[in-house]
Amino acid sequence: MSVKLTTRQVGDVTVVDAAGRITLGEGAITFRDTIRDLASKGNQKILLNLGEISYIDSSGIGELVSGFTTVRNQGGVLKLVGLTKRVQDLLQITKLYTVFDVYDDEATAVRSFA
Amino acid sequence: MSETAHGEVQRVDELLDSTLESVDHAEAVVVKAAEEMGFDEEELHKIGIAVRETMVNAVVHGNRYNSRKKVHFEVRRTESTLTIRVGDEGEGFERKEVADPLAEENILKFSGRGLLLIEAFMDEFVTEPRKPTGTQVTLVKRKVPVVTTAS
Repeated sequence: MSVKLTTRQVGDVTVVDAAGRITLGEGAITFRDTIRDLASKGNQKILLNLGEISYIDSSGIGELVSGFTTVRNQGGVLKLVGLTKRVQDLLQITKLYTVFDVYDDEATAVRSFA
Repeated sequence: MSETAHGEVQRVDELLDSTLESVDHAEAVVVKAAEEMGFDEEELHKIGIAVRETMVNAVVHGNRYNSRKKVHFEVRRTESTLTIRVGDEGEGFERKEVADPLAEENILKFSGRGLLLIEAFMDEFVTEPRKPTGTQVTLVKRKVPVVTTAS
């Protein structure tokens, strides 16, 4: 299974629920297109829920960084919630854990945008 | 599966096309071999990522998806050691010339983290020039024996 992305609105925060794999190829492209589309439509508060992501490779990590800078360049903020231990480990190895705003639960993450 | 003269219980030698399907295939072959050795779920995940990154480097950066160029894929498994070799037919590369992805100026770059992950997840990671052309990468993962103490 490649990545499946579902978007929902919680107040003025756009939550993107991601499930599956973000790897080089289809998964990474789908992810990139979705985040760019949201940013270009003026969504400035984006919360990416990675709780159901089972696998992410270096291309997928690159897409997370790309999404982060794309949203920031449009004046918005992209934050992360629900990281599995595997994704946490990857972000720590790559020193990206300190770059992203990371939250354990959605309610706290949503409030942090206020 | 019969054991060979060198203590190998599995030996795979394949010539793969320079495609992302080959990346998936190689990862699946190695993860299955590692599973049969008894590595746990977390180690299987790490081994899988390391093989994927190595194969992506061979297909994308080495052979540049060139249909005339092949990826030379080998797996050697003994009771305790898993060795994977991936060779491409590209122009070769110098590891020291690859930008450090942890350097402050590179931290927000979109690519360049593959080698870092391979190094983090495998016990050995060696790159060397491949003759007549290209790069050969060797990955090794050792199974740590479970020590039981008598009560």
